[in-house]
Formats: sequence, C-alpha cells, structure tokens
Amino acid sequence: MSYGTAVLEEVTQSPEVNSDIISAPQEIARDLPAWFRQQREQGWREFSALPNPNRKDQAWRFSNVDALDLSPYRFGNAPSDDEQAEILERSSALNGKAGRLVFANDQLLERDALPESLRKAGVIFQPLERALIEHEDLVRKHFMAQPAALGSAKFAALHRAQVRAGAFIYVPRAVELDAPIEIFHWLIDENAAVFPHLLLVADEMSKVTVIEHFRSFDKTARGFACGVNDLIAGRGATVKYICAQRWNENVTALQINATTVERDASAMSLNLHLGGSYSRFESLSRLVGEGARSDLLAVAVAHQKQEFDARTLQDHVSPHTASDLLYKNALTDRARTTFGGLIRVEPHAHFTDAYQKVRNLLLSDDAEANSMPGLEILADNVRCTHGATSGQIDEDELFYLRTRGIPIKTAQRLIATGFLTDVIQRLDQDAIAAHLDRLIEEKFATDR
Amino acid sequence: MQANSNRQVELPPAGKIRRGPPSPNPKKWVYFGFLFMLQLEIKNLRVAIGENEIIRNLSLSVGVGEMHAIMGPNGSGKSTLAKVIAGYPDYKVTSGEVLMDGENLLDLEPDERARRGLFMAFQYPSEVPGVTIANFLRAAMQSRLPEGEELEATDYYAKLYEKMDLLEIDRAFTSRAVNEGFSGGEKKRCEILQMAMLDPRYAVLDETDSGLDIDALKIVANGVNSLRGPDLGVLLITHYQRLLNYIIPDFVHVMVQGRIVRSGGKELALQLEEKGYEWIRDHAEEPVAA
Repeated sequence: MSYGTAVLEEVTQSPEVNSDIISAPQEIARDLPAWFRQQREQGWREFSALPNPNRKDQAWRFSNVDALDLSPYRFGNAPSDDEQAEILERSSALNGKAGRLVFANDQLLERDALPESLRKAGVIFQPLERALIEHEDLVRKHFMAQPAALGSAKFAALHRAQVRAGAFIYVPRAVELDAPIEIFHWLIDENAAVFPHLLLVADEMSKVTVIEHFRSFDKTARGFACGVNDLIAGRGATVKYICAQRWNENVTALQINATTVERDASAMSLNLHLGGSYSRFESLSRLVGEGARSDLLAVAVAHQKQEFDARTLQDHVSPHTASDLLYKNALTDRARTTFGGLIRVEPHAHFTDAYQKVRNLLLSDDAEANSMPGLEILADNVRCTHGATSGQIDEDELFYLRTRGIPIKTAQRLIATGFLTDVIQRLDQDAIAAHLDRLIEEKFATDR
Repeated sequence: MQANSNRQVELPPAGKIRRGPPSPNPKKWVYFGFLFMLQLEIKNLRVAIGENEIIRNLSLSVGVGEMHAIMGPNGSGKSTLAKVIAGYPDYKVTSGEVLMDGENLLDLEPDERARRGLFMAFQYPSEVPGVTIANFLRAAMQSRLPEGEELEATDYYAKLYEKMDLLEIDRAFTSRAVNEGFSGGEKKRCEILQMAMLDPRYAVLDETDSGLDIDALKIVANGVNSLRGPDLGVLLITHYQRLLNYIIPDFVHVMVQGRIVRSGGKELALQLEEKGYEWIRDHAEEPVAA
C-alpha cells in the first residue's frame, strides 16, 4: 500500500476499497475558522506527499510497518441509541472527576461540564470543535505547534487533515483542579477510524490531571486510531497526563504526544498500553524553561502477537532542567516491543539531569523486546544516565511464591504485576493507580 | 576436624538409626481405604545437584504434632533437604520417597505440595518487588479455595492483623512489598507470619534463627510456639543450639554429610553445643545410640 498521489487515484477508483480516511479530508462545519481549514488542507498535502514509513529508517527500525496499511479503514458511523446508552454506561473509571467528555467514532456523546466554581475561575473544558469557535486564539496558538519529530510526520499530517473530535482544556493562572478530568474515546464498528485530539494548556502556577481512555465497543472489530495530544505546562504549572489505552486487539493505533514544559513547571505523563494489534506511541518532551521537569512513564503488557512500539525524545533546551523516563514492558507469547529513545541536551542546557530507564520482563522464550536508548549531549556539566535491560522471572522468586500454594500462572502474573507497579506508583494518584492496576490485572487475567 | 581431617568418614546406613524417645503425642492413624500414619516421612532419600550427591540415603519421619530439630554443620545438606521437600526444581532426587500422610510429594508441583498442607520457611526468602504482603498472602489463601470461591476480605484482614499482632509486626507492613528492603529479622518474622496465615500441617523451617538478634529470635520463637499443637508437625533446621532454648524440640537429629547420623531427645542438642560437631564426626563409625 502506498499513499502517493498516483496510487491514491487508483485506490479511489477501485470499487472494493472503501477507505475514505485516505481519499480526502473529511467535510467539516462551515463556521470553523479559516486557519483551521487551511491547516487541514496543509495536513492533507503533507500526508499525500510524505513517504510511507520504512524499517530502514532508524525511526521505524524493528517496527512492523506493514501494520500501517490504512486501506481497510473508514470513518465510522454514528452509534445507535442503544449503543450510545451502553457506551455511556461503560464510560466510567474514576469516582471523583472534575468533568468528562465521551466520544464514540469521533462523535461527541456526552459532556459532563466542570463544576460551577471551576468554570467561574475560568477553566475551559470543551470539545475541540466548540473551542475552535469560542476560544479561537488560544487554540490557534497551541494547536499542533510542535512538529512530529519522531517518525510519524505522515500520520500527524493525516491527523491534522482528519481531526474532528477531541478536547480542549485550559486552566488559568494559579487555578488548581483537585479531581482529574476524564476523556473517553470509543471505537465502534468494523474498520472504523478515529483521530482523537487533546490540547491541554496549563497556565502559570496551575495544576491539572487529565486521563484519556481509549476503548473499543466490540471485542474483535478491526479499527484504526491516530491520536495526537499536546500538553503545555506554563510557568510553574503542574500537569499530569494519563493515557489508558485498551483498544481491542485488532486495532492499529498511533499516538503522538508533544509536551512543552516551561520555567519551573513539571509535567508527568503515564502511558498505559494494553490493547491494539499494533500500537505505536511517540512522545516528545521539550524542557524549554529553566527549572523545568518532565517525567515520562509508560507501561505495556504485550501478549499473543501484539506489538508495541515506543519512541521518545527528552529534549533539554534550557539549563537546569530535569527529565526522568521509566518505561516497563511485560511480554509473553510471541509479542514484540520496541523502544527507541533519545536524550538530547542542547548547547546551552548546562546542568541538565536526564535519566532514561527501560526494563523488559520476558515471560516467554518467543517474546522479543528491542531497546535503542541514545544520548546526544551538546552542553557541559550534565548528568545523564540511560540503560535498557531485559530479563526473565527469577526462578527462586517463582519458587518462593509456589511454595505458598500459588499456582505457577498466578505466580508469574503476580510477579509481572509487581514488576510494573512502581511505574504506576510514581503517579502518586491513588485512585488512578488503582484503576490502572485493575486494567493491568484484567489484561493478565485474559491469559489464564 | 583437626588431626583426622583427611580421614574418610564412614557413616552408618540410615536403617540402623534408632529413633529417639517416645513421642509426646501418640501417632495418629487415618483410614483412606488403607491405613497409614499422619506423618511427613522421608524414606531412603538421595539427592544430587549436578554430579554431587548431597543427600545420601536419608530417612526421617515427622509425625503430626511433633517438633523435630535437625542440626548439622555447614554443608551437611540441611538446606538442600528443606528445598527438596518443598519441591525446588533444580535438585534431582535420584532415589527414595517423601510421603506426606501417605502421599508421595515428589510427584507433586511445589504449589500442589503447599496446598496439601506443606510449608517451608526459607533461610533466605526471596524479594518480590511490587507485590505487597497483603496481596501475596491473599493470593496464597485464595489458591486454597475451590474454583469460583472468593476469599472473604473482612475475615482475611481480621486474621492477618491478629497474626501480625502476635508476631509484633506493624500493620503498615501489609502494604510493603514482600521482603523488599526488609531487615533479616523482618524477613524471618514475615516467614512465620505466612506460616501462621496458611495453617500448614507440616512445616519445614530452614535456619529461621539465622541473622536474628536475641529480641527478634524470641519473637520468632514465640510465633512458632504459638502455632505448635496436635495438628502441626515441624522440622526445624538449625545450625545453632541457641534456637532450641526457645523452641523446645521433641526430637533432635544430627545431620552430617547428607544423612542423619544420630537422633535423640532435646538433650542431644545440649551435648552437641558442649562437644561440637567434631564429637559426632569422631563417633560416627561407632553404632549410633541415642
């Protein structure tokens, strides 16, 4: 499959291919701003012009690029009333939340507005489409302002061309949200495609936690998700972002993240990847102001023939910045994971502290974990460490659990869960951690 | 060994060893279509690690309700024996049997042995990062329930806290990862806590006293003593007599070079303490009498 213009014509002429996501940008409401329409057209041109990913490219090394054949996918239908009711019923994860948006097949189903006090304080939590009209300047300033630098420029361009659903969050100066904001994105129908978007702008000294849930309505329906989230932590702000990805295991998913951390601000992201047949995740963390800190956390549980591919860049632009990456994967059966990560310390970013640690737990002989850590240091006086390790369950540890009566499968699961848990605990958010732990347990339980 | 350090010690065949004094708890018999005694019975056991034979034709019976101590110098095979009983996969049993209430344990997986009522307290318990004591013990207790039955959470915590109090373990411990960053004493107390929770019929305690200061030793001994009773048989493995001041055994066995060379009552431990293991080695050629 190729996305070149010539091929596209051929594709659109072919009666069997019903992919509308790669044949033209989707129609959008007329009242959306002109600059946004231009962005879409620009995105479309880039998508059409850029080559397909190739494994010879370092950014796609080890990745199964064949999984990215988009020809089967199309925009999904709106869910029926019954489906909507069921989706809303199932769109609950946390007890205490500040607000909630629920999308299915990129259509807004439900909006639980923020409490009055937060709205009065100026907090904005809106579907993207509405924010484009009501808060055009704010959205325009930040919308996909960072280029996709980690390999997926083509898919970021496709997202730009096809995005029609998502959330815009703005937290004004010194406003703190105690409860997290929740966003649900559902895939429904065979071969549906979605382009979830999140733009989070936390102004000076503000504090906010956002959790995005990615789920499939159906256990087996194939689908495609190409999401972008942009997080901006303004001066002294504290931003926590959690992605709980559990698409069904026939979904191909791409998630492209850019985090910008300004002076004395702190951003923490945790990406839990459980679902998808192929799931690629790119995370760019830019430390642009002195004293900025970024924590990049991720957990993947891979089984059967699942593939998880993570690419990261910790980009230290300013001096006295810190970043800490901890990614853990638990793999079994014939599953594969790839990690490609770079710490880059730019010429003036002296006194940088940067850490990168990747650990893989291999629960079967056929699982494959690839790690490509990297450093690029152009400044003096920096502290950087990186390391990637892969190992199996310690036999003595397993024996210990078994001598307590715990059957071998349960013991392996318990050890694997324990292996992953310190990543989740770093969030320091008990309710969310409990939810994520439960998702991990459910995933392991399917291997019983 | 000093003067006679090069001498090859000839040990008596295991069959000739006489048992110690009569049991304080008369043996129980059970009828399951045939008669056998309620006991953990090791029969003519031989175990090799690679090419080395570590256990050499060892026989020993621990009746339910009895407390047996095995003492022996370093390298005599005590810990290997404990691990073989528990089912450590790397050790090869070349001959012999280990029967628990008549059932051959050697045919069972380690977790099956445990669920049938065997417990082993480790000399060096493994750390299990990220798995809390509460979750670990819950999984262990859950594994003993029939399929589909869920452990009752309130009862579980009531029992857990009761046993923790008994062993003077702080309740905050439940949310700590198993053995991770524990002191030596904490690890051993945690082992006995597990034993208290799992109610085994037979327990093998491997060097439960090692690495303990006297206060911790007393707490651990208290814990073990509180679990003593007609329904529990214990095989206590120790290098030092010290532990036996606090846990009084019914029988003491001396293990040298992979077999029991002498068995007796609790006074044997004192003799050993006084005379040292050299005394046993030096007298090994003579018929062993308790």
